[in-house]
Amino acid sequence: MDFQPTEEQRALRAGLREVLAARFGQDALRAAVAAAEAGAPVVDRRLWRELGDTGFFALGLPEEAGGVGLGLPEAVLLFEEAGRALLPGPLVATWLAAGTVPGAAEGRVLVTAYDLGDGLVTYPAEADAVLGGSGPAAVAAGRPAVAAGPAASVDPLTPLGRAARSEGTAEAPGTAGSVGTAGTAGTPGSAGSAGTARPAAAGPGGAGGPGEPAPYRREGALLTAALQVGSALRTTELAVAYAGRREQFGRPIGAFQAVKHLCAQMLVRAELARTAVYAAAVTGDPVETAAAKLLADEAAVRGARDCLQVHGGMGFTWEAEVHLHLKRAWLRAEQWLTAAEAEEALAADLTES
Amino acid sequence: MDLTYTEEEEAFRARLRDWLAGALAKLPPKPSPGDWPGRRAYDAGWQRALYDAGYADLHWDASPTQRLIFLEETERAGAPYVGANFVGLLHAGPTIAAEGTPEQRERWLPPILRGEEIWCQGFSEPDAGSDLAALRTRAVRDGDDYVVTGSKIWTSHAEVADWCELLVRTDPRAPRHRGISWLAMPMDAPGVTVRPLRTLAGSAEFAEVFLDEVRVPVRNRVGDENDGWRVTMVTLSFERGTAFVGEVVACRRVLAELARAARRSGRWDDPALRRRLGRLHAEFGALWRLTQWNVSEAQRSPGGVPGVGGSVFKLRYSHARQELYDAAAEVLGARALVLDGEGGPWVADRLSSLSYTIAAGTSQIQRNIVAERILGLPKGG
Ligand SMILES: Cc1cc2nc3c(=O)[nH]c(=O)nc-3n(C[C@H](O)[C@H](O)[C@H](O)COP(=O)(O)OP(=O)(O)OC[C@H]3O[C@@H](n4cnc5c(N)ncnc54)[C@H](O)[C@@H]3O)c2cc1C
Repeated sequence: MDFQPTEEQRALRAGLREVLAARFGQDALRAAVAAAEAGAPVVDRRLWRELGDTGFFALGLPEEAGGVGLGLPEAVLLFEEAGRALLPGPLVATWLAAGTVPGAAEGRVLVTAYDLGDGLVTYPAEADAVLGGSGPAAVAAGRPAVAAGPAASVDPLTPLGRAARSEGTAEAPGTAGSVGTAGTAGTPGSAGSAGTARPAAAGPGGAGGPGEPAPYRREGALLTAALQVGSALRTTELAVAYAGRREQFGRPIGAFQAVKHLCAQMLVRAELARTAVYAAAVTGDPVETAAAKLLADEAAVRGARDCLQVHGGMGFTWEAEVHLHLKRAWLRAEQWLTAAEAEEALAADLTES
Repeated sequence: MDLTYTEEEEAFRARLRDWLAGALAKLPPKPSPGDWPGRRAYDAGWQRALYDAGYADLHWDASPTQRLIFLEETERAGAPYVGANFVGLLHAGPTIAAEGTPEQRERWLPPILRGEEIWCQGFSEPDAGSDLAALRTRAVRDGDDYVVTGSKIWTSHAEVADWCELLVRTDPRAPRHRGISWLAMPMDAPGVTVRPLRTLAGSAEFAEVFLDEVRVPVRNRVGDENDGWRVTMVTLSFERGTAFVGEVVACRRVLAELARAARRSGRWDDPALRRRLGRLHAEFGALWRLTQWNVSEAQRSPGGVPGVGGSVFKLRYSHARQELYDAAAEVLGARALVLDGEGGPWVADRLSSLSYTIAAGTSQIQRNIVAERILGLPKGG
């Protein structure tokens, strides 16, 4: 047993960190927010393509299929970096679509997914395809059908739209056909009057048997958790840096225990979540995946909150990076597997063991 | 990132499992918490059995992974934990092994491994708790002896210990950290008085130890005179490293038992309780993985010394353990108020869980350590 990342895995992570530092640093992040506010598309297609060229999306595909032939352990390391940089775009869904949706593996298309509840979908106008369906693999068709038009998103870098609801196609996810078309199978809220059905309601998927969600949903939850971990580590760093720099009462605020202890707790949550995510990536276990998502959501959301507090008034500004982490963390917490679903899945496992 | 064990490690696990199945069948009944001579005999007897089977020195000599397997398997099988051998096996022993002379190692280590001699830890004093370096117990050189006067407090197992790893001040004029020495003091020396303290759980787990001109031979000093602080720091990390491995395994078992009890009583229908237990399931699963993470890290570092990751673990685990037993109380309802009822050991374990955020460095002190040593925030405040 050697749970620590190998040299190659570390190098892979460092490589992406370098690329992102060069291509999506703090200035680029600010510019992206400004552009998005001005109504421009959020996702930089060139960067998306470049990511594709690095093998980011094709990482999990076998080499025969033009992929990199690596697995989830490598993927979570890369997604951690993407989360750290607050890279916008439907990274998870596009990764999942690689090999299924033409162009996804190369970063030529944007693929979103029905991974949110209450009939919402991310990147409605920019996505070229949407994942749905319930078979063993993700399938996709067409653009997301957005019936009620866009919805103003709390996160400036994650546009939202209301997905079309089509009454009468009350196909429960995980039980039926392999092709999910926009607005039918797998669409949140498509379960007619029940209104509560969502793809992952039964918890993270196992073998994808009847009543169980498709396995790609489990991977979606795990990769989203990895994004959250990256964000949690980043907000810890931001808080520590600010606490060492900002002086009040004649000393750095980081010398005050009230501040110091907030930072220590941020690290504890981030480290625990990180180990949970890595472990789930190695074992592929659905229960560990639920644990990872739950802990990573907590680490990201609370980390951003504490980071905001450490920054004082500065933390409440549009200018500081903190609010972007918080808003994205809130959003990701709703994607693929919510806290309630994860906790219920974990609870169910307790009585089975 | 590899969570699989080597063939060799799996073979070790299999052998250990086999042996445990036989050894546990021969175990005498567990003594009551108040019966100290009985507890000593029980813990020592188990250590002797481990010694005879060749498993005694796993805390010292084995690779961190082997130690992990050992702790996991013994707990899974329901074997006793170190008990009264805690200080000898996990603290004084490793200290002597790392810093002692060949004669000192020869004198003290074998009896610890055979379960013949019990050690206690005399560090804390009434005025030196979190601020351990404030300790005042004096040791004055007189020929071949130190003459030791002062008092220690919270000394676990002092009542039954043969030896005490004692921190004393040998140079009162030196800067605080540089005037301390580490001595092995026989507990039956004239001038040693032990007064047991009752914990809130009802039993006497620790004691006050009064020292009135106790003569301790100079040859019982481990490390150089006035170098005791460094000697101590070398081994404190062991206490925060893998000391809780078995307990995490035990907590996961308790959690599953709680879920079954809640199912039986109908409380499981309450989604708030269900979700609370589900969250704890995530918590302890991740703590187990964090242990493997820390062990892997120690394995890579020279000497296998656990890193500061132990503080991250200790902080989260101590609180998780308290939450677990609070959840147990919710499952039990009013029955959580009955010490000898259906709550079984949970009620008493809830009480003892309260010490976890205090002993071996309080949570506040651990947060200082994480913030200052890992995150590099300024000291003081
Ligand atoms: C069950 C148990 C067994 C023990 N066994 C042993 C043993 O065998 N041998 C031994 O030597 N000791 C033992 N101890 C003692 C233990 O190490 C001390 O209790 C512990 O270090 C705290 O010291 P204290 O009790 O004096 O509390 P204090 O140091 O007085 O702390 C009181 C409160 O103040 C806080 N505080 C103190 N300093 C700071 C600071 N700088 N910043 C923020 N908060 C601070 C603490 O966190 C705590 O909340 C044991 C304790 C327990 C509970």
